[in-house]
Amino acid sequence: MTPTIAVETEWTLPYRGRVGVVCLIATEFALFAIFVVAYVFYMGKSLTGPTPSQVLELPVWPTVCLLSSSITVGLAARALKFDRLSSFKLWTGSTILLGLEFLRQTAMEWRHLIADYHLTIATNLFGTTFYSLVGLHASHVVLGLTLLSLTLALGLSGKMHGQARRFELLAWYWHFVDAVWIAVFTVVYVIGR
Amino acid sequence: MKCSFRLAGLWCAMAVGAFAQTDHPVGNIFNPEATPAESVYRLSVLVLSVCAAIFLVVAGLLAFTIVRFRRKTDDGHEPAQVYGSSRIEVAWTVFPILIVFVLTMATARVVIAIQNKHVPADALHVTVIGHQWWWEIRYEDLGIVTANELHVLVSTKAKPAVTFLKLESADVAHSFWVLQLSGKTDLIPNRTNTMWIDPRQEGTFLGNCAEYCGMQHANMLLRVIVQSPADFERWAADQKPDSMNDSHIEAARATFLSLSCVNCHTVSGTPAMGTFGPDLSHLMSRARLGSGVIQNTPDNLRAWVKDPQAIKPGNLMPNMQLNSRELDEVVTYLSSLK
Amino acid sequence: MATTNYIAESLREPEPLPVPSRLHEWIVTVDHKRLGIMYIATSLIFFAVAGVLAALMRAQLAFPNGKVLPPEVFNRLFTVHGTTMVFLVGMPFFAGLANYLVPLMIGARDMAFPRLNAFGYWMFLFGGILLYFSYVAGEGLAGHGTAPDVGWFAYAPLTERAFSRGTSTDYWILSIIISGIGSTASAINVVATIVSMRCKGMTLARMPLFVWLMLVVSAMVVTALPPLTAAQIMLLLDRYLGAHFFDTQAGGSAVLWQHFFWLFGHPEVYILMLPGFACASEIIPVFSRKPIFGRAAMIGATIAIGILAVGVWAHHMFAVGMSSSSNIFFVTSTMLVGVPTGIKIFNWVGTMYGGKLRFDTPMLFCVAFLFQFLVAGLTGVMMAAAPLDWQLTDSYFVVAHFHYVLLGGLLFTLFGALYYWFPKATGRMLSETLGKWHFWLLVIGFHMTFDTLHFAGILGMPRRIYTYAPGRGWEGLNLLASIGVIFQAAGVACLIWNIIRSVRKGAPAGDDPWDAWTLEWATTSPPAEYNFATAPEVRSSRPLWDLKHPEDPDWKYE
Repeated sequence: MTPTIAVETEWTLPYRGRVGVVCLIATEFALFAIFVVAYVFYMGKSLTGPTPSQVLELPVWPTVCLLSSSITVGLAARALKFDRLSSFKLWTGSTILLGLEFLRQTAMEWRHLIADYHLTIATNLFGTTFYSLVGLHASHVVLGLTLLSLTLALGLSGKMHGQARRFELLAWYWHFVDAVWIAVFTVVYVIGR
Repeated sequence: MKCSFRLAGLWCAMAVGAFAQTDHPVGNIFNPEATPAESVYRLSVLVLSVCAAIFLVVAGLLAFTIVRFRRKTDDGHEPAQVYGSSRIEVAWTVFPILIVFVLTMATARVVIAIQNKHVPADALHVTVIGHQWWWEIRYEDLGIVTANELHVLVSTKAKPAVTFLKLESADVAHSFWVLQLSGKTDLIPNRTNTMWIDPRQEGTFLGNCAEYCGMQHANMLLRVIVQSPADFERWAADQKPDSMNDSHIEAARATFLSLSCVNCHTVSGTPAMGTFGPDLSHLMSRARLGSGVIQNTPDNLRAWVKDPQAIKPGNLMPNMQLNSRELDEVVTYLSSLK
Repeated sequence: MATTNYIAESLREPEPLPVPSRLHEWIVTVDHKRLGIMYIATSLIFFAVAGVLAALMRAQLAFPNGKVLPPEVFNRLFTVHGTTMVFLVGMPFFAGLANYLVPLMIGARDMAFPRLNAFGYWMFLFGGILLYFSYVAGEGLAGHGTAPDVGWFAYAPLTERAFSRGTSTDYWILSIIISGIGSTASAINVVATIVSMRCKGMTLARMPLFVWLMLVVSAMVVTALPPLTAAQIMLLLDRYLGAHFFDTQAGGSAVLWQHFFWLFGHPEVYILMLPGFACASEIIPVFSRKPIFGRAAMIGATIAIGILAVGVWAHHMFAVGMSSSSNIFFVTSTMLVGVPTGIKIFNWVGTMYGGKLRFDTPMLFCVAFLFQFLVAGLTGVMMAAAPLDWQLTDSYFVVAHFHYVLLGGLLFTLFGALYYWFPKATGRMLSETLGKWHFWLLVIGFHMTFDTLHFAGILGMPRRIYTYAPGRGWEGLNLLASIGVIFQAAGVACLIWNIIRSVRKGAPAGDDPWDAWTLEWATTSPPAEYNFATAPEVRSSRPLWDLKHPEDPDWKYE
């Protein structure tokens, strides 16, 4: 009793990894959205302490680094797709370096805010919402860099052959982290100041 | 099932009638005694009728289906495989949307009537501040500060009287609920809410805090005492003067002021100016102690001062470890605060 | 019963392994069927525990000025009862059902990410253990520091350090974050499985309704859990790093917590309920011997619920003092979301109408569900009318309402599902006699308790009070409600005995004991580890109907 099915078209469904990462991005998007809402809600409501316009400067160089890293990770994904493993390692390495520079700049900014303006998460509502939002983003950068370093290490030991589909998922995650930075940049450093 | 609500209301109304007119301990939302509760009651009649009708139709159809279509013979034949009907789907989508429209309009009217009420110029203004686990009550215009028992004017056709409440909180979220007078409104720290009541019957109405606020949320009770203008004037006059400086309780008063009671409590006209606990200036004018937990009798007062934790465990007045002389003197003094 | 060639010819019983090896197999498994069983078994254990907590509360409330429990114990009981039922019973039951049945119903071999599946289960278990660990752990001043006592929605600023000393609130936060990670992992897995692993011919339109509902629920979990996680992270920052998110002394907003919580909390109650709808949508057609009435409308209504559910959250906050326009907006959206829900009820009744109803235990539970969920929905409509909600919210009326939804609605369908799919999972039937005892005892007890509590709310009894004074008219109602617990407990005891007895001694079930139409019934009972020997190909939404009735297949009409 073999069922004969009149299904002429080919039966292709989306790659499950893609679906999974899209869901992950959706959930992270919702998470960041709440922190952004809290930031916007508390704008101008601090009872004391330094205000954004007093202490914040436009983070141009970190933004350039992070957005460039999106380009390099895209190039890395493409290189892997076409099996150009040395290009892949180069572009992945560049992405990691750019990401690290972004983190270094963030750390320097925070040191400046804490040491010179005495702005901490406990100072006032601005401090609370600023450090939590930027910190949440930075923690996602750290996670992304960790995974990228893992793929670089795998690439260096020759195990990334044929893994283009999976690396693309990581690249998507990295693009998401950059998109979040654009939102944070706009809300905190442009509108909020 | 919905007619049981009416029956309950009737039973409660009878129970209310059975008590002397001064007390309304058994309340229900179908027995309103002020305009906000009345508006809610009228809306509830409409909503309940609609819901009851829906229930009867759908449950009736379901009951009919269960009886009519039970499998009678196992003849192995399947019934007609009906997949659906667009017409029926549209009908039972459109009809509920119409019901929703009607209910929403009716509800919106009541929301606006209650929330956006224009406050009359001669309204009585009271600020209620929620604490864990008691109510601070301040009549700013009259210069009166009291606790847990809210005195208001009765509103009659001849002389309507609205009491306008400002609701704030000193610590966590609470909620003001005296169901026969109005729906509840929350008291939230760092936020001022407002509500109003115009009770139509004299007597005492009972209420509760209706937002979980910690250990003794259950015993954060509320009394609204509705009085005629004459009675209210008399009460207000009694609340105004500073506490008496009666010579024969001089010793008791001195003992009281020497203990740490003054850190938390205020007694007007004395150095006791603490604000953490209720104002005690006219403690003996209150019917209950501990925000409604016990009757205000000499024995109960003594028991409370001796060990409040035994009566309302976890409340923020600790056992002050008074010896019996101190206890006697404090109770004597408090009993003089009329 | 016609079977298909999806099943391998011979399935020799393997030699039984020694107990430690068998236990090890369960611990390291990534098989969706085993994990599904683990999810459901664990959630049933948490259900029994939370039920005991509820029984203790009802013992305390049976009489005025009850002295059974001190206030601090009672306050912890209602917090842990609510938290357990929502996060450790409702969510994992959804995960268990979805993980077990979705691959079978779509003709797949396993879930999209089997290891993620296992990860999700162990995170859930660990989170649950952490919550109960709080009872024995903790340090701190006089009574502070053991199990959480802030209510299952933990309103700020009661949860801030100033008002919640010790670590009890932290256990609440951490256990939910951890089990929430597990739930999110499950949900992502379900979405990826449904989108990417359907067998040939199973277009989205041809998926069983159960699968559709699980897809929508999982999408809701993915988007609705983050507001809770975010709020909890903020609360942790407040409590440990001196942040001021909900610190009203520093200008923070207590209402903001409520907004964030209910942004999660309202979709959450649909996340809890929709799996019950999923079970009903499979059971009712089979026991009516008819296809579901209005499949497309049911799918549309489900999607509508999923979308509208994110726009109603502040109906939990009508008493907070929002403006009249905000309140009216939420009145409207809440009443609107009742429409697709009502449509579903109508369609289930329409399925039964004209059918040949068989009242085996799964169907009994689904019929009771229909009556009870109708009432629950209507009391919800009552509270959607904001002024009425101003009286009824935070009282025993709303307690009765949501127990009607979750016990009378969800739990009844989940019990029905247990009786329906237990034969598939174990190869043995549950006893019908014990099943009927379970059902009737539960019906009697449920109504004795929760019908009565509606009236306590109408008479002004607020919720979350550990005792009450006599003379308010609440005594008789509370006593009756407490007696109902005895019947409910007896009913659940019947279920537990039924399960224990039937796992070994139940009647052999065969592949398809109910003469049903979805793909899971085209496997052995229990299914082989690989589910299907050859990947199925389908042409309609009821592939087994097509095979059993080749003269009148569904694909001619769909």
